[in-house]
Amino acid sequence: MSEMVTLKINGRQVQAPAGSTVIEAARDANIHIPNLCSNPELEPYGACRMCMVEISHGKRTRLVASCIYEVSEGLEVKTDTQRVNNVRRLVIELMLSRNPKHPRLLELAAQHGVEGTRFEIDVRGCILCGQCVRTCREVVGVSAIGFESRGTQRRVATPFNESPAECIACGSCAYICPVDVIPLKEKDGVRTIWKTDFPMLQCRSCGRTIAPKRQLEHFAKITGQSLDDLTKSCVHCR
Amino acid sequence: MKKIKSPADLTKLQEAAKQRFDPEKPCIAFCTGTGCLAYGTQKLVDTLKDEIVKRNLGDRVYIRNTGCHGFCERGPMAVIYPQKIFYQKIKLEDVPDIIEKTALKGEVIDRLLYKDPVTKTKIVKEDEVPFYKKQMRLVFGMNGLIEPTSIEDYLAIGGYGALAKALHQMQPQQVVDEVIAAKLRGRGGGGFPTGWKWDATRKAQGEPKYIICNADEGDPGAYMDRSLLEGNPHSVLEGMVIGAYAIGSTHGYIYVRNEYPLAVKNITLAIEKARELGLLGDNIMGTDFSFDLLINRGGGAFVCGESSALFASIEGRSGEPRAKYVHATDRGLYNKPTTLNNVETWANVPLIINNGSAWYAGIGTEKSKGTKIFSLVGKINNTGLVEVPMGITLREIIYEIGGGIPKGRKFKAVQTGGPSGGCIPEEHLDMPVDFDALTDLGSMMGSGGMIVMDERNCMVDVAKYFLSFLEGESCGKCTPCREGVLQMRKILDRICEGKGAMEDLDTLEWMGQAIADGSLCALGGSAPNPVLTTLRYFRDEYEAHIKDKRCPAGVCKALITYSIDPETCTGCHVCARICPTQAATGEKKELHTINQELCIKCGACYESCKFDAVKVS
Repeated sequence: MSEMVTLKINGRQVQAPAGSTVIEAARDANIHIPNLCSNPELEPYGACRMCMVEISHGKRTRLVASCIYEVSEGLEVKTDTQRVNNVRRLVIELMLSRNPKHPRLLELAAQHGVEGTRFEIDVRGCILCGQCVRTCREVVGVSAIGFESRGTQRRVATPFNESPAECIACGSCAYICPVDVIPLKEKDGVRTIWKTDFPMLQCRSCGRTIAPKRQLEHFAKITGQSLDDLTKSCVHCR
Repeated sequence: MKKIKSPADLTKLQEAAKQRFDPEKPCIAFCTGTGCLAYGTQKLVDTLKDEIVKRNLGDRVYIRNTGCHGFCERGPMAVIYPQKIFYQKIKLEDVPDIIEKTALKGEVIDRLLYKDPVTKTKIVKEDEVPFYKKQMRLVFGMNGLIEPTSIEDYLAIGGYGALAKALHQMQPQQVVDEVIAAKLRGRGGGGFPTGWKWDATRKAQGEPKYIICNADEGDPGAYMDRSLLEGNPHSVLEGMVIGAYAIGSTHGYIYVRNEYPLAVKNITLAIEKARELGLLGDNIMGTDFSFDLLINRGGGAFVCGESSALFASIEGRSGEPRAKYVHATDRGLYNKPTTLNNVETWANVPLIINNGSAWYAGIGTEKSKGTKIFSLVGKINNTGLVEVPMGITLREIIYEIGGGIPKGRKFKAVQTGGPSGGCIPEEHLDMPVDFDALTDLGSMMGSGGMIVMDERNCMVDVAKYFLSFLEGESCGKCTPCREGVLQMRKILDRICEGKGAMEDLDTLEWMGQAIADGSLCALGGSAPNPVLTTLRYFRDEYEAHIKDKRCPAGVCKALITYSIDPETCTGCHVCARICPTQAATGEKKELHTINQELCIKCGACYESCKFDAVKVS
């Protein structure tokens, strides 16, 4: 058990393990902090800036991203100040300029009193929260996709924009995407993702499609089982 | 060469290095910094050398290829010792005269002297030139004296004496305390007290400890770090080795941009020479302290000057900042305790150790000590690098050192602190320059860029320029910087096209604050500064663009027309000759006119008219 520290969130005393982040402490205390790039399964990243909170330690007050800021004894956190809300409103308006219609963003906008964006709209869909890239690297462990270019040109891409050599077609990226912009299609025993067709394997007992061959090969490699073992039966007939 | 094993060994080498030169024998010290090389100085030096060989004068005249002298406006330039005669704008055909008259006979060549534009008198000696006179060149001054490629030259001016003192007479903590007492603050932008940083790294848990020299200078128009690395690399190295000893570091890096080939070359050579002499490597100067360093060449991303992005870049990842809210002094490069200081900061260290903290703290203002090198550029007569004591006023820098604004135009603003600094208007020119005063004005010291603007600069356009730079240099990781700066720039585009609305100004101010509050690193955190400061000091210019659809400085193309004033036009025909679209026409010695249909508003006629007959409205 790690050491516990006591902090205050919105005036409420909260205990949290040392080394944990403010957003985790808030989550455990049932205090909601809006966010778009934070995910308990992923390493702290701090990119979307929705989760900004105002902290004070003694006299000094400043804004920090709660998903990467670690708790400490005596820390005071306010999740709902004017300054915090200004940043969140800006972030929402900026996200809407890339993706004006997604229900999740519209819902966030409504919650923060944002009635649409004042900015020039250039629909890109992706809000660059990086959850897909990070999931692929940190959870799946293959790093098939990454970021390309920098600044306003930044986008999620496969290496050299070609068929991703490392991709196992698991679909985690599409699943985790908060704004549903990674297309994944399955038809006639073939999964199509990142503009590449991945053949799927069928269950040898019931004949149902289980998973892409590349994904099962990946599982085989990390579990030490054979592909035969993995296709003997499936969740449906087991 | 034999390794230096003790302070006595060093003294012996320093003495030997001094003996190599006869102080009475004439020495022609050419500036061969990147700026002067661009003027074609290399050819001058080669010709001079050929002449000397041809005339068999090798034992009567020295030539020295030094680093940047700072007065870049006047290159190619040379100083002739021992009289310290200063020649500027030297041409190839001047070479024989320089040897014949000045080097051999000590005569002064009048046409190569600097003429003071104010008093119209010619000035013979370098230190009497107004540009140099008001400066205090503690860090930068040695550039003009030594060959950067020669460790002997550096030894001859007492080089590595501070290191000997630190290693043999001081405990590491004493060195740290000395730097704390000197109140040296980081010259890279933040102005964080260097000694505290060293102290924190020294006391942090974790091995090895790293020290890094940040030479990723990327501000448009700023080149003081480049010139220091090019011109006096050993001073930076000496500072780093002293720092390593104080902190307890065994490994160091110099992170330098690959676009600085001469700096990379000279510092690489300096490291090799220092290793040969045992000033780097194992058992430095015969002690049990060991330290070595590597050069890491950056790929030119502005954001890699930010500490965590710089670490990522050295570690082999893409240069993106990570805000861990943990100090680099605890967990920096490879998550180990790290001290990162910029080139100029390191170069200040030997001075402090040699002369003591009391001497150093005696220079400057209460909270900003020592000198600062500024890169004085833009609409200024004397473009160049100037080193001044903290606390000097902007007016002294611009008018007394910089020689004022060219063509008798009116000063409008000075932009300090690089692209994310701010624009300071006339009314604050008497403010003493230090870290805190500049921050109070909404600008910052930054790494020392100083861009002067006159009445022909549109402040909205200036803000747009800097914002576009930052938009291109944003890494793109966090939303406020990536998208926010882009949208701010788009609003400025609209204003410059005469399509702005008064609400835009409120939006800009609101966004500026939120971007500063919400961004992940200092790039985004300070990116709105150019807009916020121009809004604060030059709001009327924004309003003129929006309300009157007028650009008062005559810059924003959509809002201006060029015309020729019949009263002043002399029919000299220059505008017609220079106009790329034949919009400006007229017979010689008769009134010229501009056809608005054809005019592309390039401003060539406006700039070229000697009689100011081209009007912009």
